[in-house]
Parts: sequence; structure tokens; C-alpha cells
Amino acid sequence: MIEAALVLGGIGFLAALGLGAASIKFHVETDPRVEEVAEALPGVNCGACGLTGCNALAEAIVAGGALPNACIPGGEDVSKNIATIMGLDAEKAEKFIAVLHCKGVHGKAIDKGQYLGIPDCRAAALVLSSPKGCNYGCMGLGTCERSCPFDAIHMGDKGIAVVDAEACTGCGSCVRACPKSILDLRPLSMNVHIRCNSPLSGKQIKALCSVGCIGCGRCEKICPVEAISMSRGLAIIDAEKCVDCGMCAQVCPTSNIDDALAPRRDLLIEEEKCIGCTKCAKVCPVDAIEGEKKEVHKIHQEKCIGCQRCVQVCPVDAVMLGAERPKPGAKKKTSEAATDG
Amino acid sequence: MGKKLFRGGVHPHDEKERTASLPVVDAGLPERLFLPVSQHIGAPAKPIVTKGDKVLGGQVVAEAAGFVSVPIHASTSGTVRSVAPYAHPLGAEQLAIEIEVDGEDTFVEAEGPMEPIADPFNHDPNEIKTRILAAGIVGMGGATFPTHVKLSPPPEIGIDTIILNGVECEPFLTADHRLMLDRPDDIINGLKVILAIFGLDSGFIGIEKNKPDPIALMQDKAASLGGVEVKPLEVRYPQGAEKQLIHAISGRDVPSAALPMAVGTVVQNVATAVAIWEAVTQGKPLTSRICTVTGDGVKEPKNLLIRTGTPIGYLIEQCGGLTDDIAKVIMGGPMMGLSQYTLDVPSTKGTSGLLCLPASQVRTEPQKSCISCGRCVSSCPMGLSPTTIYNFIDADRVAEADEWDTLDCIECASCSYVCPAGIPLVQYIRYAKGRVLARRRQLGT
Amino acid sequence: MKPTLYITSSPHVFDGDSVSKIMWTVSAALLPSALWGFYLFGLPALAVTALCVAFSAIFEAVAQKLRGREVTIEDGSAVLTGLLLAMNLPAAAPWWLCVFGAATAVLLGKQVFGGLGHNPFNPALVARVVMLISFPVEMTDWTVSSGVLADAVTAATPLGEAKTFLMSPERGQLPQVALMDLFIGMRPGSIGETSTLLLLLGAAVLYVRRIITLDIPLGFIAALLAVTIPAYMLAPDKYLSPQLHLMTGGLMLGAFFMATDMVTSPLNGKGRLVFGIGCGLITAIIRLWGGYPEGVSFSILLMNSTVPLIDRYTKPRKFGFVPVKKGGEA
Repeated sequence: MIEAALVLGGIGFLAALGLGAASIKFHVETDPRVEEVAEALPGVNCGACGLTGCNALAEAIVAGGALPNACIPGGEDVSKNIATIMGLDAEKAEKFIAVLHCKGVHGKAIDKGQYLGIPDCRAAALVLSSPKGCNYGCMGLGTCERSCPFDAIHMGDKGIAVVDAEACTGCGSCVRACPKSILDLRPLSMNVHIRCNSPLSGKQIKALCSVGCIGCGRCEKICPVEAISMSRGLAIIDAEKCVDCGMCAQVCPTSNIDDALAPRRDLLIEEEKCIGCTKCAKVCPVDAIEGEKKEVHKIHQEKCIGCQRCVQVCPVDAVMLGAERPKPGAKKKTSEAATDG
Repeated sequence: MGKKLFRGGVHPHDEKERTASLPVVDAGLPERLFLPVSQHIGAPAKPIVTKGDKVLGGQVVAEAAGFVSVPIHASTSGTVRSVAPYAHPLGAEQLAIEIEVDGEDTFVEAEGPMEPIADPFNHDPNEIKTRILAAGIVGMGGATFPTHVKLSPPPEIGIDTIILNGVECEPFLTADHRLMLDRPDDIINGLKVILAIFGLDSGFIGIEKNKPDPIALMQDKAASLGGVEVKPLEVRYPQGAEKQLIHAISGRDVPSAALPMAVGTVVQNVATAVAIWEAVTQGKPLTSRICTVTGDGVKEPKNLLIRTGTPIGYLIEQCGGLTDDIAKVIMGGPMMGLSQYTLDVPSTKGTSGLLCLPASQVRTEPQKSCISCGRCVSSCPMGLSPTTIYNFIDADRVAEADEWDTLDCIECASCSYVCPAGIPLVQYIRYAKGRVLARRRQLGT
Repeated sequence: MKPTLYITSSPHVFDGDSVSKIMWTVSAALLPSALWGFYLFGLPALAVTALCVAFSAIFEAVAQKLRGREVTIEDGSAVLTGLLLAMNLPAAAPWWLCVFGAATAVLLGKQVFGGLGHNPFNPALVARVVMLISFPVEMTDWTVSSGVLADAVTAATPLGEAKTFLMSPERGQLPQVALMDLFIGMRPGSIGETSTLLLLLGAAVLYVRRIITLDIPLGFIAALLAVTIPAYMLAPDKYLSPQLHLMTGGLMLGAFFMATDMVTSPLNGKGRLVFGIGCGLITAIIRLWGGYPEGVSFSILLMNSTVPLIDRYTKPRKFGFVPVKKGGEA
């Protein structure tokens, strides 16, 4: 009995000695900050930073190879924490989310036929390019859903992907996974998006999808800031230039352009509340707001495009939403422009 | 020189009895033809006609764009109605030249670069190859690889074996079968032109033993014309795959990732040989071919002589139309053909068959779990382990999929054919190939 | 009219075999042996079989429901598991043991790993071994209360007797069994293991239907003989003859029906041969020198665990792997 205890204890003691010796002999000097930074990172190893995982990023940040805000999914909080650890100022990064440029739900977009095979977009793209009639649209087989490390994109029952703006961190996993490049990252603050990815001509699109971009160019013409350009029969919004006014959405004959703030309303300044800070006038992209400092400001309705930037910046909530704005060019019949271009 | 049978493979019922005994009939002219600029592997041809142009049969409407590319010729006379994206057998719209057929069917004179060559067996090989390119000839077995490229191996490679592929191992199809019965002389002469290019005296024609009549006829002709040995081959799919065919005829194994030329061999389809013979001696470009329209989904299966660019709907009409329970239309054979979604799709230089299957013959059950039966492994003619590749790629383990030789797959579909769980293994492997190649590019290898 | 067409990847024709056809065929191939078992051991054997099959199917359905999967008992795999389990039980097994066995086989042996195709071990054998260790008395109760063999034989199976003799020679002797009885199956034992003849008949059906290949059973038997023949030649008074080894215990059942289970055996011929030989060697070692009279179940389970490794190192040789000399032997 005692013998056994001695033997086992002895073995344990020897092993402990060996381990201790090894840990001293083979000690690797690591910057303690690496661990701290890794701790501050979300730890989901999504790869959005371009590195293999959160630990790799932590090492890169400490080594100076990456900025504290390199973790997109982590957002502001994480970059702030990391900046504190590193003793740097955090750069404020705007939050981006994934946006699907397709609206071809069941019933709107036709299918080529009944697809049978691997339920994965990348594999289905090998069979006649896509099970959908449109070879550019969302196939709805959920490759993006499975690629998302944050459970922020789902297929729903309509046959196309739906991004959960709350949960999306803009890591871009889905953008990389989508074989049709229908997803891209857009600022969370943007409310207006073109929901089509097809460069086909209007006639061809019409045969495949009733809500696709037919390339008529009306959005391009009406855009007050020249943020929309036409590329091979497809309208594209330049996120840098876009002021989010939603006028393009109102003229789109196939209702392809989505505007999260629709219906747009007239904007009015509540005189009692306005403190004359001039913030709204400064932010207005079309100079529709007038007013001296410390005096009540006024919005010129004929110039106003209803973008609501003033609403967002007003520190005292003095800009109010009024009546629904008339559609620009509402007199024109939509069918006129529907097929040209 | 042994007649060796490759490992693996499967024995699908050959289903050729529907059309094997039917003579080839001319499908006639549709109202409109659509000539895709991409009917071959390689760079799509560049259109040189515009809307409103009058064209004659045999006139070049799109020229070769690069070395691995061939020109496209109008397959009858008419007026160009549009040059625009149009339905294509591969699914994605491709630029196509739409011709409104005038019904005259006048062809351009065979002159200038297409002037008939009087003594093709003693002509400058380079001129013959130029002629083959000018005639727009591609591999007509279905792969549609430009023939002049295949006939132009690097000078340091010595070619000593020419094999004509008359195996037609795809079930249902009888286009090559009929061609061998109808035009044995032209096939052998075409082979001799190829032999002349390489300065060789004799070549082989491989035919599966389930086609006794062409074997007998070709052996007969070969005896009188000389220079050709007809090799009857065991019936097993995919006997007609290049590497397996070479293995069977010359006992040589083409190394992994290499082309047949690595073992001094060039393989051409029998139909390609006829096209070469016509181009060289009559100045005819490749504008028509034989296509088997078959299956229980079409009312009267036939072997048709078709113009390239004919919409498949027209061809099916010539065969009495589709049955009411039609569920699948396949361009090509049942093992490697492409399922189609619209009858507007035009036929191309590689359209050897149209297979129409009724609902009762289409498998619709979803895939089940792999039970590791190993049948895919024993059926693989390339000695791969399809289920292993499937498991790796399904788990996104691309590196391992590469290690297990994903890129060696010839996509013959034997594995999917035998899989009791109904797993679309070939589709998984095709998908894996894309991922493996992307990964290799990323790693810069 | 534009018909709606199916669009799929190639191929568009199939050989028509399916997982459920395979499972039902194996079950059918076991049927002659099972019927023979009913004939030998009477109604209790039938009851044991019915219980095992029914409860396997029930547990499978319940587990699939709980896992939120489609219930697929019609594919026959649970039925086959239950049938194989019953074939490995004595007819005297109490009802609760059958239920316990079915639960172990289907739940612990299969569903916890993700269901059909994902289990590393043969489910019926997992259950048999768990039961053998947990309930050794019930699992080796060879009394026969009805049927042809009623009261004819009492105690042990031939292998059991041999093992007793081996362990303590004063308490027993090497069994004397007529080989013909063993071949036809006039002997005690598990319900489905008795008749070598009928098992071979079933195996022949499976072979012809290309459900089993012969590399596993032949490797199995060859390896077993490779050990038992020399042992017998050296000490015939101590060890059973090789013929007896072949025809006793669950060897035929194991070699042809259990070791060949597709899910838990290697993918290609080379690997299967290695697997079979491994099974045979382990069986022989356990039978001759181990503590249990019978080693087939243990050997197959042990070899099951090596299948991923075997698959890894028996990668098939791909076409064109050996480069041919240029312009070579034409």
C-alpha cells in the first residue's frame, strides 16, 4: 500500500520536475498584450480581417501589422478597447452591413426548371449557371446563410437571402461565399439600395423577373447628386456620393430600388424647438435649409429632396416629418419608360 | 500492344436499339438559326456580321479569337437578324448570331482558302492544319476541343499513334454508329489525312463490341483501303474516354494531369475525321452533323442530320414532338449530357444527341447519407475515391480534396450512376474542382 | 406549351439500386437462418426476433423525431439492425434484454453519431458486446424450452465448452461435435448463428447481388485458419480443430453479415482485405488465448475503429499514376 503510494507519488514528482524544467528551458517570450487584445476580440474567427483568426489578428495588431479597428465585426467597442490596450486613438469606423442586390422572390422571378442536386449555390451554379431563369440573381440555396459566422443572413421562405441588419457585422463572409457576387457591403446608414445584379437588357430581364433593373436610366437622371451610374443595363449607386434621398426609388418603374424610409415625407422645422445651431444647413446636400446662426431655420420645400439628413443631425429634434411627398415625375406614366434603355 | 480493359467503369443498359437501325434523315431547315459564338472549348469566336447582313451557307460569321478558338460558319443562307445574348446549352446566355433562313440553302463557293486540296495525303501538313482551323472543326464526340490544336503538339513531342474514337459508349446515342455505317470510306480517309500530318502509316479505330455491324463494315473497308486497324473493344462505360481508350488500344497509360500526347497519342472522333476529309477535299466547313434524338420522352426517335444552330425544339418536332409526360431534355448522352430548360436552345457542333426522358425515368428522390458501400470507388475508371472527395468538400476541406486527386476526375459519372444513396457525386466533384483550383491560384501554385 | 423540366447535373440514368433495397436484401438473406433458428428453438426465438426488430424500428423513429429529422424506418436499416441483433442473442433472452439491446444498438450504436452512415461501429455488435459484458448470465443462457432442440442440449456451445476446458482442464473436455450437425445447424447457440449452410446461402445471395464482396469474409477466414491450423497441429488435445472454429460461434454470421456492413468497413478492396485479416487474427487470439469463448464481435468492433485509418492508407492507385516510358512498348 505504502509502496504503491510512494511509486505513484514518485512518478508524479518526476513528471512535475520535467515539466517545470521544460517550461523554463523552452519558454517563449510573448508580448502580454497579444493575449489582452485576443481577449478583446470577438473570438469567432470569421476571417473578415483577412487573417486566419482572432489570435492571428491580435498578434498582427500588437506587432503593428494591423490597426486597432481592423476587426470589422467587433465594431466600435472592440476597436476602442484594443486602442486602449495599445495606447492608441481609436479611429471611428463606419459600420457596414451586407446588402443583397436581388429582389427575385418566388413568383417574381421565374425558375429555369425544377433543380435537383446539391442544395448549395456554388454547386448549383455548375448546372445551367443557376436554377433561376436569371443567371445573375439570388439562387436561394443558402450558401451565404451557412457562411455567416453571426447567424445574420437567412433564406426565409421567399427564395432569396434576407440580411438581418441588427446581427450583421459587415464581416463579408457572405460576400466572399456568394458565387453570383450579389452581396456587397454598404454603410448601415444607407437606406436606398438597388436590388438587381443583372446587366441584361430590359426586354430580356422582363422575361425572367418582374422586379429586375431594366436599365431604363430614370434613377440616373433624377439623382440630385449624380450618385447613380448605368453599367451595361444595370444601375449602380455610388455609396460615397449617395445622400439617401430615395428619389430614385420613387421613379423606378419596376420598383426595384428599395427605400427603407419610404414613403418620404415633407420636412418641417418646428420653430419653438430650433436653436439655430446651423447643423442642419451644413449637412443638407442641396442647400435647401436657410437660417442665420442662433435664429430659427427654414427648409425650402422646392429644393428639399427629403433625405432626412437634417433629422439625423438636429440635436433638439426640431425637424419634423410632415405630409407624404408627391412622387417626382408622378405625372408621367410608368409604362412609357419601362422598356427603353 | 494489348487489348487491356481499364479498371472500374459501369455497365448501363445501352438503350441503342431505339435508333441503331434507323438511317440518318435530313432534319431540314428551321425558320431561324442561332449560332452561338461559343461552340467549342476556348475563346469564343468574334462575330464579323451585323444585323441585316445577308449571309450564305458556309460563310464565316464569327472568326477565331486566338489559337484555342475556331471560326463559326453560317449553316445555311439567310439574313442576320440579331447578334445578341441568347440561350446556350451551358445555361448562361451567350452571344449568338440569329439568322432568318431564306430557304434557298445556297452555299459559298469552295475557293480561296477553302479550295479543295487535290492530293491531301501528300500535302503540306501546316496547310492541312490551317484548313482544319478555317473549317471550324472541333472534337465532335462532345468535348468540342479545337481539332487543329490537338493536331499541333509541341515539336519535341513525337506522335506515333493515332486513334479514331468510334466507341460511342454513352447509352442511347447512335450518331457515330450510323456515321460508321454510312461513311466508312470518308472516316478512313479522314484518318489517313491525320496520319499524313504526322508522317505515319497506320492508325486505329476503336469500336465497342456492341456495334457488330460497323465493326464488320469498317474491318472490311480497312482491309481494302489499308493503313487502318479496327479494334473491337469490350463494352464498358466509359470505354470511349480518351485515357481509357488509349489504355485499351495501346496499353499505354496517360499520366495524371497529362494529355494523350504525353504518350505519343492523338485521339479523334470518327465524325471529326469525316469533317476533316470534307474540309480538305471539298472545302466544306463544319456546319452540320448527325444527332440522335431519342428516349421515351420523344414520340419517334430518329438519327437526324442537323445544321448547327438549329433550335432543339425544331429537332424534336421533326421527331413527332415530346410526349406529355416529358420531364427532362438532355443535350448529349445520359451519362455526361447537359439537362436543358428550354427548347429554344440551339444545337452546336458538339450536339451528338438529344435525350428526352419521361417523368417515370427521372430520379427525384433527395440524396441520402453515404453508407460507405465503396461502389463509387470500385466504379471509378480513374482510380479515385469519389465518396472521400465528397466528404471532404462537403466539410469545406479543400486541401484534402486536392490531396485525394479531385482534379484527375474525368466526370464520367460512373460514381453517381452506381451510388445507392443517390448522392450527386459528380456534381460534388465538379464543385470541388472549382474550389481546388481557386485554392491553388490563391496559393500561387 | 413550355413543359417544366427537371434540371440536374449529369448523369441522368442510374443503376437503380438504393440504400433501402440493399438493407431489405440483406434482411431477406438473413431470413433462412432466422427461420432455422425458429425451427430449432421454437417460439421464444421468434419472440426475441420480433421484439428486437420492432423495438429497433421504434427507437429509430423516436430518435429521428427527437432529432428533428425525417423518420426513415422504411429504409430497412433499423429493421436490419434489429434482425442482426436478434441473430446474436440466445433464444432464452428475456424480453427486457431485447428492448435494452435494441435501444443500445439504435441509440448508442447509431443515432448518437448522426444516424445511418455516420456510425463508426456496427450497431448490432455494439449492443451485443454491451449486453455480453453487462448481462453475462442472460447472454449465455442456452437453455431451450421448445422447438426441435428442446431439452436436447443443456449447457454450452461448442466454443464455450472448449474455453472451459482450456481454462481448467479438470472441469471439462474438448467437445465432440459431429461436423455435419454444425454444418446444417443442429446445435445450440445464438438464434441466427447455427446453420453454416443457410448462412452461406444468404451470403451467396448477397454476393450475387453485389452487396458484399468476398475480400472481408475470405480475409477473415484465412486469417483465422492461419492461426488455428498451426495451433491445432501443435496441440490437438488442447485446441479445437480448424473446421470447428470455422463452423462454430458467430464466425459465418460475423464474417459474411456483420463484418461486411458497408458503413463500418473500408471503402476499397485492399482496405477490406486488411480489415478482414485483422478481424480473423483478433478472433483467433481471443478464442485461443482470451477470456471469452467467442471473439467475433470483439474483433469486428476493434477493426471497425481502424476503418478511417485503413481508408487513409489504402487510397486507391489512380489511373496513370505510374508514368509510362515515352513512345514505349507499342
